[in-house]
Order: sequence, then structure tokens, then C-alpha cells
Amino acid sequence: MKMRRYATLLGLLLVVSIVLSACGSGGSSEQGGSDSNSFKTAMVTDTGGIDDKSFNQSAWEGLTKFGADNDLKEKEGYDYLQSNSASDYATNLNRLVQSNTDLIFGVGFKLAEDITKVADQNKETHFAIIDSVVEKDNVASIVFEEQQGSFLAGVAAATKSESGKIGFVGGEESELIKKFEAGYVAGAKSVNKDIEVDVQYAGSFGAPDKGKLIASNMYNSGVDVIYHSAGGTGNGVFAQAKDLKNNDPEGNYWVIGVDRDQYDEGQIGDNNVTLTSMLKAVDVAVADVAQKSKDGEFPGGEIVSYGLKDDGIGIAETNTEAYTDDIKAAVDEWKQKIIDGDVTAPTTDDELKAYVDSL
Amino acid sequence: MFSSTKFNFIIPIISVILGLVAGAIIMLIFGYNPILGYQALWNGVFDSPFFMSETVNRITPYILTGLAIAFAFRTGLFNIGAEGQVLVGWVAAVWVGTAIDAPAFIHLPLALLAAAAAGALWAFIPGILKAKLGVHEVIVSIMMNYIALHITNYLIRSVLTDNQETTEPVKQTASLTNDFLIGLTGSRLHLGFIVALLMVLVMWVILERTKLGYELKAVGYNQHASNYAGMKVERNIVISMLISGLFAGLAGAMQGLGSFGNAFTNTAFSNLGFDGIAVALLGGNNPFGVVLSASLFGFLKVGSLNMSTAGVPNEIIEIVIALIILFVASGFIIRWALLQLKKGEKK
Repeated sequence: MKMRRYATLLGLLLVVSIVLSACGSGGSSEQGGSDSNSFKTAMVTDTGGIDDKSFNQSAWEGLTKFGADNDLKEKEGYDYLQSNSASDYATNLNRLVQSNTDLIFGVGFKLAEDITKVADQNKETHFAIIDSVVEKDNVASIVFEEQQGSFLAGVAAATKSESGKIGFVGGEESELIKKFEAGYVAGAKSVNKDIEVDVQYAGSFGAPDKGKLIASNMYNSGVDVIYHSAGGTGNGVFAQAKDLKNNDPEGNYWVIGVDRDQYDEGQIGDNNVTLTSMLKAVDVAVADVAQKSKDGEFPGGEIVSYGLKDDGIGIAETNTEAYTDDIKAAVDEWKQKIIDGDVTAPTTDDELKAYVDSL
Repeated sequence: MFSSTKFNFIIPIISVILGLVAGAIIMLIFGYNPILGYQALWNGVFDSPFFMSETVNRITPYILTGLAIAFAFRTGLFNIGAEGQVLVGWVAAVWVGTAIDAPAFIHLPLALLAAAAAGALWAFIPGILKAKLGVHEVIVSIMMNYIALHITNYLIRSVLTDNQETTEPVKQTASLTNDFLIGLTGSRLHLGFIVALLMVLVMWVILERTKLGYELKAVGYNQHASNYAGMKVERNIVISMLISGLFAGLAGAMQGLGSFGNAFTNTAFSNLGFDGIAVALLGGNNPFGVVLSASLFGFLKVGSLNMSTAGVPNEIIEIVIALIILFVASGFIIRWALLQLKKGEKK
């Protein structure tokens, strides 16, 4: 009796260990030492992870593209470390420093604090921070002209709107999100000076329930286009628009997505509520800075800004049914004005007020 | 035969081993190499003094939240509100740390005290509601977590700063960081672990060496019997929650005065309080057991960050942790299996 039990246990252990060791020998041969002369870059994600369908994913696509362009191997030439909590940022940044990474990206303004500290301690390593400014000689700050894209989103919304009322849903109130709001309102007023813009903040980027509630109130009050800049909270806006569209396929319930093309989020049956999306090409920026750094032109200490001009910011044209030719024409017209410098999209409340007064 | 104290010791250890083995099997199923994965996990911590001290930093708040939950458990309460108590403690510590000018020997204790008081206050509310009105502390403390999250966000954004996401760093006089330790390891290693270990002793002394501890435990075992024996049940419930919240508040101070040196707005919970539940469970609600299980948690969390160098997604460690907890929680199965083996031996 006792023998049989132990025999089964032993057998199980044996099987597990054989399988384990078989795998062990297979994988280890790939672990070659990396050439100390070759360029190595890596990024530290914020808590979203590289499959967040948003910011981090876009950054990783940029690095992957950079790797492909330069025949670099993943893990050796380019890599990422994932952060599961705010405590992980410093650990991850330091790990990359210690593994002799030449250029380290911090994805998102949440890493700014830690990048500042780590960059101070490691002056030979180059860093880049996305969506924030860190004033250090070995840090490049990558920012986007979100107000330009938001301006065009406003143009599209005002052209599309039949009720003369449009909405904006923000995540947390901050300087960054203010750029979205100011640009959007300015763009809408540029097309229709009397348009009403309902601006509301959910207080969180991760509260889809709140986003849904705000959207519900807005659509009820006659708003027919909502631009969200609220991360996960924006999913609630989409959910509400889709609910309404489902019950009333002829109604006007439009959402403008943010950061990446959110066309897929808007699909409900045969309809799609995504009018367009404000595109923020983090991938373009990341690949660009990595390339510059590899070529020895690292923009250390500089603020590198990406806007409409260099395709760092754009407007999605996926929903051809809703995004009609006259919208496209209006958007293209204003886009050209911004690129030519005839129009400057506002970034703050004060600038917005001055802009609206000048109309 | 095993005695029950032996079981308390053996079940967590077996659970950890089973959890790691199950993690290895999962890695195999998904085509990853578990040996390389676990090697990277190990190296992620023991590669250099830097990461070892990062791990200590990570362990420190886990010990304190573990103590908070364990203390409440021992007295028959389930303080699921440790998360919120951590947040208010964090902000309270940073507030005192940034707003006041004082020499270090006053400033630092004052900041720690503020954190402890804030945590205790946050736990007092579910405690008093439970004692006076019989409202279940789980419900109230869960809701208190959300209140804490949003209040601390508001305080950081509107009171401590002018619409910023991050506060100023705490003044050096209130900081737990220590130049000697920083010079030694190059990391953010701070003196918080001393505070945490002190609190371990405090919990042990209260529970095992004082009349108060005896009463608290008695209330935990059986309220009615304690009442009949002349103990003040209501008062003991409140005291127990206060002490539990105090530990959790200090965990927040470890972050605010040590690892981060500031406070920042959170869109989601830090999970320190929730992980504390698992730490306490794995540590058998014993203060010294909590140190061991917090160490394991810190080790797994920091080490897992290195696993992607072996091509293994670090989420696997979350699965391993969950499995360990599952095995601990179903400890009776392990107990039964061990007894069966023993029985077989006797025949």
C-alpha cells in the first residue's frame, strides 16, 4: 500500500523533471552574449503592458519597427520590461541600465519622476520619456501636439453635428488632457461659432461606468458627437453610444476615439459609431528617436515635439460611411492651415479664450 | 502524527512548492522554458545588491499590511480595508513630510505617527460601526477603500499641489532614506524595514504577552463567551481595528517617506492592502510567519520583472501567487493527503 503511493509520487516527479530538463537544454543554446559594440534599446511600460491596445502597444510597435529597419534581434537589440505597479518603474529602469542598454524609453508621464532620478545616477545612459518633459542632458522628452489633432477632431465633430451640440469627456483634469479639450473646442468653434460644447471630466481614466453615465446624459441633452480623451473611461462612452445606436439605428450617436484608431470599438451590428479617431503616433516617435540615437544624433536635453507636420498626429479616415467627403474636405483645409502656421491650436483655457475671441 | 502547529508550518511550505511546480507546468504548456524562467526570477533578485535592496523595499510594506490583516484575523475581524488605510497613511505621511519644518528626530516620527493615525482613523470607522450597530466590517471597509482612493486623489491634486499628479518630495528630515544605505547599494533602500520589524515585535507582544491581547483573541474566538466572561466586546472590536489600521497606515508611510518619497494620484488601487490578505493567509496570521511570507511576495514580485529576459511573461508569477494562495486556502486537502501518507506508513 505504502509502496504504491510513493511509487506514483516518484513517477510523477520523474516525468516532470525529465520534461523540464528536456526543455532546459533546448532553450539555453540561444542565449548568446550580445556584442558590446552593437546598439541596444529598450522600453519600460507603465502598468498597461505592451498589449494595452493603446499607448504602450503603440510604443512597442515603434521599437519593433526600429528593430526590423536595423536588422536587430528582439531581446538583444530591442526589448521591453513590463511594470505591474508604480514600484516597478525604478527597478525596471535600473535593470536596463545595468544590462548596458544604450537608450531607454519610459512610456508615459507616470515614469517621469523615476526617469529623473535614474538619469541623474547614470549620466552615460540615454533616456527618453514620452508625454512628459524631464530636463536632463541625457534625457530626450517626446511630446505630441495633441491640440492639433484635437482641433481637427473638433472640426469633424462640428461639421458632422446636426443638433449644434457636441460633447467632450476627459479622464483626469490635467495639463495634458487640457490640450485635448482646448484644441477640440477651438476646432469646433472655428467651423460653427455658435456650437455648444459640453465639457465633462470623469475624474479617472479607468471608470467606464462613469464614462457611460456622462455619455448617457450628454446624448439625452441633444449632443450628437462626443470626443473622449479618457482611456478606459472612454470605453463607457462607446458602450453608451452603441446601446443607443442599437435601439435606434437611424439616430445620431457618434464617438471620436483617441490615441489610436478606435474604429473596432465602435462596431455594433452593421453600424459603427466611431466617426473618426485622433491618432497619436507614439510608434512613429519612438522609432524616430531610436533611429536618431543609433545614428549618434540623440536629442538629449531637448523637447522633441511631434505634430501634424511629421505625421506624429493624425485623424483616422476608416469609417468612410460616417466620415463623409465634406468632413474630409473641411478637416484637410484646417489641417493645411495648421501645418502652414496660419492657425495655432490652443493648449490652455487662456489660449482657448483668446482664440475664440479672435474668431 | 503531526501536531497542529506543525501543520501550520508545513502547509504553507508545501503550498509554495506546489504553486511553483504548477507554475512550471503552466509555462511548459504555453511553450516557455520553466528552468530559464525560474532562473531569471532568481537572478532578478540576487544578481546585484541593488535588486536585493529593491526587494527589501518591496517586502517592507507587505510585512506591515500582512500584519494589519493578520492582527484583525486573530481577533475575529476581516480588515479588507487595509488598501484604503495604506493610501490615507501614505498621503498623511507625505503631507507632514512636506508641509512641516522640524529637525529629523521630531519630523520623521511625526510623519510616521500621522500615517499610523490616519490608517487607524480609517479603520476606526468600520470598527465602530461593527461594534455599535453590527454592520459587517467587510462591507464598510471595502467601501472605505474607494473613499480613500478618491479623497487622497483629491487631496493630492487640490490641496497638496496645484492640479499636479505628484506632490513635492518629502523633506530630508522626514525621509526614511539614508545616505549610508544608498551609498552601499545605489538603490532606494530605506530604513523602513526597521520600522516593519519593530511592528512585528509589537504585534507579537500585544497578542501573546498582554491582557489586552488575550481579550482581543478571546473576542475573536467567541464574542458571546467573552461577553459572559466580563470582557468589553465592543471596545475590543474597535481597539483591534485601530491597531490593524495603524499597521496598514505605516505601510503607506513606507512608500511615502521611503521608496517613492512623495505621493501621487492613483487611478487604481496600489494592491498593497489586498496582497496583504494573501501575505497574512500564507503566514498563518502569525507575525513571524508574515515576515516570511512577505519576503516571498517581495521576492516573487521583484524577481518576476526579470522573467521577460527569459522570454517568459511576468504575469506567470501572478498565477503562481494565486495558486499558492489557493493551495493554502485548501490546506485541509494537503493535511488529508499527509495524514493518508502517514496512515499508509503505519500499516
